[in-house]
Amino acid sequence: MQALYAQLLVGLINGSFYALLSLGLAVIFGMLNIINFAHGAVYMMGAFCAYFLLNLLGIGYWPALIIAPIAVGIFGMILERTMLQWLAGLDHLYGLLLTFGMALIIQGVFQNYFGSSGLPYAIPDELKGGVNLGFMFLPIYRGWVVVFSLIVCLATWYLIEKTRLGANLRAATENPTLVRAFGINVPRMITLTYGLGVGLAALAGVLSAPINQVRPLMGADLIIVVFAVVVIGGMGSIMGSIITGFALGVIEGLTKYFYPEASNTVVFVLMVLVLLVKPTGLTGRATT
Amino acid sequence: MKNGISALLLGTALALGAGSAALAQDKTIKIGVLTDNSGLYSDLGGAGSTLAAQMAVEDSGLAAKGWKIDIVSADHQNKPDIAVNTARQWIDVDKVDIFMDVLNSGVALAVNNLVKEKNVIMINTGAASSDLTNAQCSPNTIHWVYDTYMLANSTGQALVKAGGDTWYFLTADYAFGHALERDTTAVVVKSGGKVIGTVRHPLNTADFSSFLLQGQASKAKIIGMANAGGDTTNTIKQASEFGIVAGGQKLAGLLLFITDVHSLGLKVAQGLSFTETFYWDLNDGTRAFSKRFSERTKSKAMPSMVQAGVYSGLIHYFKTLDAMGGNPRDGAKVVAKMKEAPTDDPLFGKGSIRADGRKIHPAYLFEVKKPSESKGPWDYYKLIGTTPADQAFRPLSESACALVKK
Repeated sequence: MQALYAQLLVGLINGSFYALLSLGLAVIFGMLNIINFAHGAVYMMGAFCAYFLLNLLGIGYWPALIIAPIAVGIFGMILERTMLQWLAGLDHLYGLLLTFGMALIIQGVFQNYFGSSGLPYAIPDELKGGVNLGFMFLPIYRGWVVVFSLIVCLATWYLIEKTRLGANLRAATENPTLVRAFGINVPRMITLTYGLGVGLAALAGVLSAPINQVRPLMGADLIIVVFAVVVIGGMGSIMGSIITGFALGVIEGLTKYFYPEASNTVVFVLMVLVLLVKPTGLTGRATT
Repeated sequence: MKNGISALLLGTALALGAGSAALAQDKTIKIGVLTDNSGLYSDLGGAGSTLAAQMAVEDSGLAAKGWKIDIVSADHQNKPDIAVNTARQWIDVDKVDIFMDVLNSGVALAVNNLVKEKNVIMINTGAASSDLTNAQCSPNTIHWVYDTYMLANSTGQALVKAGGDTWYFLTADYAFGHALERDTTAVVVKSGGKVIGTVRHPLNTADFSSFLLQGQASKAKIIGMANAGGDTTNTIKQASEFGIVAGGQKLAGLLLFITDVHSLGLKVAQGLSFTETFYWDLNDGTRAFSKRFSERTKSKAMPSMVQAGVYSGLIHYFKTLDAMGGNPRDGAKVVAKMKEAPTDDPLFGKGSIRADGRKIHPAYLFEVKKPSESKGPWDYYKLIGTTPADQAFRPLSESACALVKK
């Protein structure tokens, strides 16, 4: 029973990464209608950015939590301005192919310079060590990841669903022409939204740098699962992707305990089941 | 009638003579480096293996003797089907004579069959499974650098002797992990230890916390990592986070490469003990080669034992072909010749190749230095034990290989 608690908690930790990443994807898909396959690559860039900040400029973990998402977010906005914006209104497939190609190029460039084994990044001193919860030894850093990503997820949800800015944004995706008539700069808004989604991925990258080796392929390994999370949660649904992210982390954690060999398949099995029963995803609304 | 027969004989003799003259003149060799160029094992093989092959060609001096040697390289993406397709094309279209590296046990076992069927050669320096020279042995394959039996024998025995008599395995769920777990279990049990549990994780897992917790709960003294590359480095890193070592358990890296230690950094990797058959700082010969190698890589990395094996294996192959006077394009015949002659090169020293295709040399047990002990980049290992060549690998008396006469 104790072991079960431990697995639940560990699942929740992994779930926070899924939630942060799928949230970014959902924001981008919901607002821009782009299936952002470059999401794993920008997640990786976030982790590398933290590594560079520390080793080239001596800037530690805490500032990196802010600087890296902004820097990578700006990179994302440049991509959106120079390439993605021309695909607006075209079939999803074009955006998918473009972002997939970009992901391969970005990963290839990093791999060319940094190899595949990755680079070390230490846990910040303030979060070192752990607490014994009785049923498990919880590293303080992992606890921090859960709390912090939960806050970021809820803040993003609030921003998009509950504020005026978010309302404008949602309106702009529904009917850009009308919103423009109200004097709102829709293209700029779209660019900022893409930057936000990319920044969220980069933030997840910084959070994961002390846990995983900083490797060029760290995102590629994760992105497929995250896509499954978004599909299960319902494409474009903000809250759906947050909840599904955490929930799937827990389910995966339990699988690792009861039948470890299936731990990288269980998410896809669930995806198939959900699609069979409810093709729009758990929280998705049917579109016409 | 008599005249007719002698004419026929004369004709045959002429044809034979012409044939052997053509053979003697065939001084072309094509080497195929089949490896992981883009995935989790690309640092320990990859482009470095191709570089090692190039250096072997340059150092062999065969070009001056009129030989023409080409190298081709491809990425098998750790997928046996892709590897076999590439290999088939290399053999049928590009006329590749010899396969080098071929890391990943799943890939190696698949290519092994094809190499035998097409009568070319594989010098495997990257795959770990000891099956390549045991049940799956082939007259066309030489297993050069290391194997799961040797790793288990050296590291497993040393750890049990040091008091680590209960084991929990964290195993990569494919041919390699299974072989390593099987061979280590045998050694642990034989040395008086006990295996109390196993968890099998998919290849290329990012988060090991769940598996580590199970290992922690097992209370085994040793957590044996029967995985490799990125899987091992992530396990080690996360194990320190979960206080595994601080809690009194010991991590056993059953297969670690210098590239892994470099990637982890000494702070995390210090104190780990494991087995390799090559280290750049062993003697003058290894240092001289490694320095030249490192200067030609982009990241200034020292060679891994897999890459060193590519160089060493090719040097012996070239010597054999040179002695034969030409390339007979008969894999089994060349391999038989290679087994007759003793091997000698600056990287692995003097050695030999057994009937089952196993290359024999000493195995070194290393411990990773503390950051304070390291004098500079890549100065990572302390030698703490050596298993002599004749004891390091599976004895022929235990072999299931059909090539071994009993």
